[in-house]
Amino acid sequence: MIEVTHLHKAFGKVQAVDDVSFIARDGQITGLLGPNGAGKTTTLRMLYTLMKPDRGSVKVDGIDAAIDPLGVRRRLGVLPDARGLYKRLSARENIDYFGRLQGLDTATRASRITELSAALDMGDILDRRTEGFSQGQRVKTAIARALIHGPTNVILDEPTNGLDVMATRAMRGFMRELKAQGHCVLFSSHIMQEVGALCDRIVVIARGRVVADESPEELRAQTGAASLEDAFVKIIGSEEGLAA
Amino acid sequence: MNAMFVVFWKEILENLRDRRTVINTLLTGPLMAPLMFALIINASISRELAKADKPLPVPVVGAEHAPNLIAALKRSGAEIKDAPADPEKAVREQDADMVLRIPAAFAKSWTDGEPAQVELVYDESQRDAQGSVARLRGMLEAYSQQNGALRLVARGIAPSVMRPLAIAERDQSTAQTRGGGLFSMLPYFFILGVFIGGMALAIDTTAGERERQSLEPLFVNPVRRSTLLAGKLGATVAFAFTTLLLSIIAFSVAGQFMPIDKLGISLQMGFYFAACTLLVMLPLVVLLCSLQTLAAAFAKSFREAQTYLSLLMFVPVIPTMMLSLFPLKTQTWMYAVPLMGQHVTILRLLRGDPILPEQLTLCVAATSVAALVCVWITARIYASERLAISA
Repeated sequence: MIEVTHLHKAFGKVQAVDDVSFIARDGQITGLLGPNGAGKTTTLRMLYTLMKPDRGSVKVDGIDAAIDPLGVRRRLGVLPDARGLYKRLSARENIDYFGRLQGLDTATRASRITELSAALDMGDILDRRTEGFSQGQRVKTAIARALIHGPTNVILDEPTNGLDVMATRAMRGFMRELKAQGHCVLFSSHIMQEVGALCDRIVVIARGRVVADESPEELRAQTGAASLEDAFVKIIGSEEGLAA
Repeated sequence: MNAMFVVFWKEILENLRDRRTVINTLLTGPLMAPLMFALIINASISRELAKADKPLPVPVVGAEHAPNLIAALKRSGAEIKDAPADPEKAVREQDADMVLRIPAAFAKSWTDGEPAQVELVYDESQRDAQGSVARLRGMLEAYSQQNGALRLVARGIAPSVMRPLAIAERDQSTAQTRGGGLFSMLPYFFILGVFIGGMALAIDTTAGERERQSLEPLFVNPVRRSTLLAGKLGATVAFAFTTLLLSIIAFSVAGQFMPIDKLGISLQMGFYFAACTLLVMLPLVVLLCSLQTLAAAFAKSFREAQTYLSLLMFVPVIPTMMLSLFPLKTQTWMYAVPLMGQHVTILRLLRGDPILPEQLTLCVAATSVAALVCVWITARIYASERLAISA
C-alpha cells in the first residue's frame, strides 16, 4: 500500500506538486491521470525517493520514505519515465544485474527470470544483447528488471508510452495479472481510455493538484457526464494535453 | 559492500565488451606514449650521433681571401660549400645552419698582424643549428689560438704567457643524471596513460548512464548512491590502473631498445623503479579518476563530458611544464603537491637519485588526502537530486 499525504515540490518558482494526497491499495490498480506537465512524474519520483518532497510524507507499507528510503525502495518495483538498458548486456544480464543489486541469491534470480520471462513473453529475446531492441522489447526488459525481487508495490510511469497496439494490449493484461496476484499497482498515464479500462481508482492531477480521486463510475456520476472523456474534460477544465 | 562489487563487476564486464574502450585501455593508452617517446628519443640520439661524425657543411663567402684558413677548416672536418646569394636571408629561412663570411680585407689585416675579422652568420633561436654553429666556432677558435701561439714563438715568447688561467673541468653529472634530462617528459606520459585509461569509464558511468536514461532505474534499487559510486569509481580506477601498469611495462621494454648508452647515459628502469612508480601513482589514479567522474557528472551528454575531460587532460601538463621551464631544485614541499610530487619522484627514480622514505610517504599521503577529498565531493554531487534526472 502506498500512502501519499500533502506532498509539495517546487522547482524554483514553479510549484510542480501542490498538496497531493492519495492512497493506492493492495489488489487494486490506481491510475494517476493528468495532462502532460501536470506533475505526475514528479509525484512518482518522490514516491520512489529519487526526489525529496519539500513538505508532506510518503509511506509504503507503513514505512516512511523520509526515514528509511532504502526500505521503501526494497518494497517497490518501479518502471520510471527513463527506461534505458545497458546495450552491451543481454536482456537476461540486465535483469540479473538488478536482481543482484536487490541482494537476491543465484537460484532465486534464475527462477524469477524464468517466471517473468514467461509472464512478459520474452523468451526469444532473453539472451540477446539489448542493442537494437524495439520499444516494446525494451519496456518488457525494463519491467522484468524492475519486478525481479517480487515487490508488493508496483509503480509504472506511462508504461504504454511508445508501444504499438499489440504491445499495449499485452501490457494491460500484465497489469491485470499483477492486480489479481494482490499487488498494489500505481501507474500514470495521460491516455483516458487506458485509465478508464484498467483502474479501480482514478486520481486526476492538473497543475500539480489532485482534482479528483474516485472510481471511474463515481467520476462519471459526479460530473454528470455521459462518457469518461467528458468527465475528464470537465474536471480538468480544458482539453489541453489529453489524448484519447 | 556486496552491492559495490556487483556494480564493479558489471561495469568491468560491460566495458570489456566495448572494443573501443578495450583498445584505449590496453593498447592506445599504454603503447602510444612510450612509442612516441621512443621514436623521439631515437631520432634525436641518432641525429646527435650523426652530426658529430659527419663532415660539417660550411657555406663560405669570400673563401678566396683566406686560403690557409679554408685549408685548416677542411682538415678539421669542414666541407666548404658555395655560399647562398643572400646569407642572412638563407639563415633566417633555415636554408643554411650558418654562413661564414670572409671580408676582402682579411688578407691585409692578417699580414699586418691585426685581428682579422671573419663573420659568422647564424640564428641563435634555431636550436637545430646550435650544434653545427658550436662546431664551426670551435674550429675557428682552434685555428686562431694555434696561429697566435706560432706568432708568440716567432717573437721568442712562450705561448703559455697568453694562458694565465688553465680551466680543468670536472663534470659531476653521472650517466643517470644526464639521462634524466632527456626523460623529463616521462612522468607526463604515465599520467596521460591514466587519463586515457579512465576516460571511457568515467564518462560511461555518469554522463553515459544519464544519456542512455539508465541512471534513474539504477537509483531506484535499494542501494545507497555512495555504494553505487564506489563500485563505478572502482571499475574506473581498475581500468586506469591497468593502463598505467601496461604503460610502465611498455616503457621498461622500450627502454631496452633505445640506444641511450651511446650518449653515455643510463636509466634505472628495473623492478625498484616500477614498484616505486606504481606506489606513488596509485593514489593519483584514484584522484584523477574521481576528478574525471566529477567533471563527467556535470555534463549533460556524452559529448559534453568528452569536452570537459579533454580540457582536464591539460591539468597534469602544468607541473611538467613548470619544472622544465623553471628547473627548480627538488625540495621537500614538492612531494606534497599531487602531480608535482609524482613528477619529481619518477624523475629522481629514473636518474637513480636517492629518495628518502619520508618523502615517498609524504607524496603518497598528500595525494591520498587529495583523492579522498575529491571522492567525497564526487559522492556529494552523486547524491544530489538533479544528477539522476535525464532530461
